[in-house]
Order: sequence, then C-alpha cells, then structure tokens
Amino acid sequence: MEQVPIVKIGQTLFVSIQVELEDQSVLRLQEDLADELATSGARGVIIDITAVEIVDSFIGRMLTMIGSISRLFDAETVIVGMRPAVAITLTELGLSLKGVRTALNAEKGLEILNGRP
Amino acid sequence: MAELPIRSGDDVVRVRQQVRVTAAENGLSLVDQTKLVTAASELARNTLVHGGGGVAQVEALRSPNGRAGVRLRFTDEGPGIADIDLALRDGWSSGTGLGLGLSGSRRLVDEFELSSKPGEGTSVVVVKWSR
Repeated sequence: MEQVPIVKIGQTLFVSIQVELEDQSVLRLQEDLADELATSGARGVIIDITAVEIVDSFIGRMLTMIGSISRLFDAETVIVGMRPAVAITLTELGLSLKGVRTALNAEKGLEILNGRP
Repeated sequence: MAELPIRSGDDVVRVRQQVRVTAAENGLSLVDQTKLVTAASELARNTLVHGGGGVAQVEALRSPNGRAGVRLRFTDEGPGIADIDLALRDGWSSGTGLGLGLSGSRRLVDEFELSSKPGEGTSVVVVKWSR
C-alpha cells in the first residue's frame, strides 16, 4: 500500500495523488487527512487528481467523504485537475461528487479557498 | 488472453493496468479506455469483496466486420447473487457502497452479461467496442 503525502502550506493542506489508487491507500489518505485537519488548524484542503486515470465509485465516495470530514473541522475541500475522460466517466457512472467543490487547477482551487473566485 | 487473479487490492490495480493496456492496443479512444478501466475496477472490486476473490480474463476481440473490442470476464465462486434484477438497480447495495458498482459499470460498456447462482458464484462478462 502506498501512502499519499500531505503538505501544509499556510492554512491549506495540499494532496497530490501520484500513485495508482488502491482502496486501502484511499482509506489511509482519509484517516491521515482527518488527523492533519484535527491537529493543524488548516482551513482548506486541495486534492490534485491530475495524475489520476480513473475515479470509480469507491474513490468517488471517498473524495465526497473527505469533503464532509473536512467540513467537520471547519475546512473546505477542493478537488482540482480532473481529466476530461474522468469527468465524462464519473457522470455516466452516476456520481456527482456532491458536496465537494472542484476547480480546474490548484491555482484556481486556492482562489476558491481564499475567497476570491 | 490475459488471466489475472483477484485476491487483494493490489490485484485490482493490476487488473486495471492490464485492461488499460489491452484497450489502448485495440484502438479504444481515451474516453472509452477510461470507461472500460473504471468498469473493470468496479467489477474486480465486486469479485474481491462480494465474491471472496476470483479471476479476471482480459481478451481482445474482432467483430465480423473488423471492429476491435475488448472483452472482460470476472468469475468468482462466492455466495452468488440471489436477486439479479435488484442487484442491477441504481442505488441498491448489499454493503456500505453507493450501489453504483454493477448498475454504473453496465452503463460504461457496450455489452453486459451477468450470471449468478446462489451458492455457486457469479460471472460478469462485459465488452467495449472501438468506435
């Protein structure tokens, strides 16, 4: 199982997923992020999925849950860098990632978190 | 034809990689590759979680008129599915998921065939054709 690193810059936690996502790695990321949110006082989470080739229902559900968990710690999650083919597939699969915000890239994601869309 | 065991989460990742390679080699577009790999991920996870593990077969196809395609077969010897119609319904789930695995993966492929007998296991065959 590969661990996805979390980097804190200012008030924001950055997660860039660069590994082929196995279910256990996604669960681990969810736990690591919850720990980090609880201890760091971060107000935002940016998850970059530029390198992610597929988002299936399990990964999609985990991303939605990370959004819900971060809200419990008074933080907002933005998913950035979704590939067009992934967006088409997710929609056809019936997943809408309700409750998490999305942005084209990390820069636009930061703008959302900093309140200047 | 490639045959891969599904015994762990790592195996699910390997199935996805094999499907990606075969789909690309057989001329599926990037979107169709992504749809097929996503369906494979759902079905391989079902084989692992609900079927107690099993086997995935990945095979290149040619239709009579020369169209290229990829066929995937997932087989397990798990408890089987008692009510197939119910299992294929959006939102129905036997576990903690969203209930989109079977119904969603059916939408992502061109052909979908599920056979199952309680106590004897489940087999799912899907085909995606190049456009």
